[in-house]
Amino acid sequence: MTAVVLDSVSMSFNPGTTREVNALDGIDLSITEGEFVSLIGPSGCGKSTLLRLVANLVEPTEGRILVNGTSAEQARRDHTYGMAFQQAGLFDWRNVRRNVELPLELAGWDRGRRRERAEEMLALVKLDDFADHMPWQLSGGMQQRVAIARALATHPPLLLMDEPFGALDEMTREHMQAELLRIREATGSTIVFVTHSIPEAVYLSDRVVVMSPRPGRITRIVDIALTGDRDDDTREDQAFFAGITEVRESLRAVEGYQSHGGVDDR
Amino acid sequence: MRVARLASAVLPPLVWGVAFVAAWEALVRGFDLKPYFLPAPTAIWSAFTDNLGLVRAAAFVSGGNALVGLLLGIALGVAASFALMRSNLLNELVSPLAIALNAIPIIVLVAVFQNMFTSTSEVPRRLMVMLIVFFIVLVNVAKGLRQVSPIHLELMRSYAATPRSVLVKTRIPNAVPYLFTAVKIAAPTAVITAFVSEYFGGRQNGLGYFIPSNFANSKNAVAWAYVIGACLLGLTFYLVSVLLENITSNRRGRAPGGATT
Ligand SMILES: Nc1ncnc2c1ncn2[C@@H]1O[C@H](COP(=O)(O)OP(=O)(O)O)[C@@H](O)[C@H]1O
Ligand SMILES: [Mg+2]
Repeated sequence: MTAVVLDSVSMSFNPGTTREVNALDGIDLSITEGEFVSLIGPSGCGKSTLLRLVANLVEPTEGRILVNGTSAEQARRDHTYGMAFQQAGLFDWRNVRRNVELPLELAGWDRGRRRERAEEMLALVKLDDFADHMPWQLSGGMQQRVAIARALATHPPLLLMDEPFGALDEMTREHMQAELLRIREATGSTIVFVTHSIPEAVYLSDRVVVMSPRPGRITRIVDIALTGDRDDDTREDQAFFAGITEVRESLRAVEGYQSHGGVDDR
Repeated sequence: MRVARLASAVLPPLVWGVAFVAAWEALVRGFDLKPYFLPAPTAIWSAFTDNLGLVRAAAFVSGGNALVGLLLGIALGVAASFALMRSNLLNELVSPLAIALNAIPIIVLVAVFQNMFTSTSEVPRRLMVMLIVFFIVLVNVAKGLRQVSPIHLELMRSYAATPRSVLVKTRIPNAVPYLFTAVKIAAPTAVITAFVSEYFGGRQNGLGYFIPSNFANSKNAVAWAYVIGACLLGLTFYLVSVLLENITSNRRGRAPGGATT
């Protein structure tokens, strides 16, 4: 089964007004179950909007969206996706465990099961020793791991991530990338991942979706031909560099890429 | 380490305070200032200990007025902030009004209230305190209920949370530090408002009455003794509210968002 289908999707903010922004235009994309797909493109090309459409946080002006075989709205009501943002967005009045329990509370789980699941998720992100800490007592990377544990708490088949490592330093970021692949191995989740970093997209993904701005369109989809387990050696692999070159050239072809900037060559 | 930090926080004001009182005493003695001009700290202290019972009784009257008004103002302010959160129109009408009121000395309303009730009633003073506290709490708590992190709202929507869940799990907890900040601002204000209201007339029983009346009768040392009582009362209200605020902000590891008076 396909995890996500976008069928001729367009999206305008404030349609019919002078402040109309045509954020996305004619998006066709189909994501297979278990696939890791990254979205990359200059700032303002509609990456976040695309993710928010799949999450049913905004509605498309045109087109059809299917998520886990149902409408995007039904998927949201059924808690079949989890979401993480650039800012961890933890609730600072809740300790780490109760942050992870929040989606379970809203899904109507009882206290015992919630606690058990939260412990399991915290073990998955290797924060079991920090369950009783408050968010402010954790580093940025640890907070982001709590946010991932929270996004995965209901065991959703789909994980949507909007530049989740964008605010982390380079070392922490590479560590988190490896952690994410390990978590994905354990859960088998489908992942849609927005990033500004070409190496990050290539290292993590099965496919990299390259987008152009005004209006946001998909210009190219790059298949990443990395074989075997991805680890630190992958970053020195020929296929890794080939992937980076291909994505970079696709981005160069995007009109206005230079002037818009916002994509990170590191 | 903790002792050193505590000492560095307490020691400078303490040293300054002692030096100030010593200089005052020296000034009065050195220049032989008359008690009706400025009494010496030692004279004030003995007036304070001699009249301890009277000062305490007056402090209880003023403190009671401040406390009743404070609690009523908090309750009403919190209730009204929920109404404000629900209605954009109400918010646009009331918020500028509440802020504009800071520029007007609404304390004069106490004269209006006094006219409404018998001259032996404490109600006008409590109403006055309540009104001033009400606006401080209203503005701050309404801000806390509204200014929720957009990420939190998106997350709640992604969990298909009901409006009631959003209120209980996001807006109300978000507003709690704003409430304590409001109380920290409102508590000393409540005490000052009680004093000034008592000064405006009505029953002759609070600190706000005895301070000016003793000065008027040239019993300056006694008047200063009541001033000490007033300082202690204000300090008590302030310290309790700071303590309450610290309990919440320590748990959250940061001070709450900017307060509006
Ligand atoms: N709530 C909104 N109202 C109006 N315009 C918006 C809104 N959100 C995003 N946009 C606009 O839509 C376009 C795409 O934004 P976004 O999806 O955030 O881009 P990206 O994530 O790729 O940087 C931008 O031009 C942005 O200004
Ligand atoms: Mg974005």
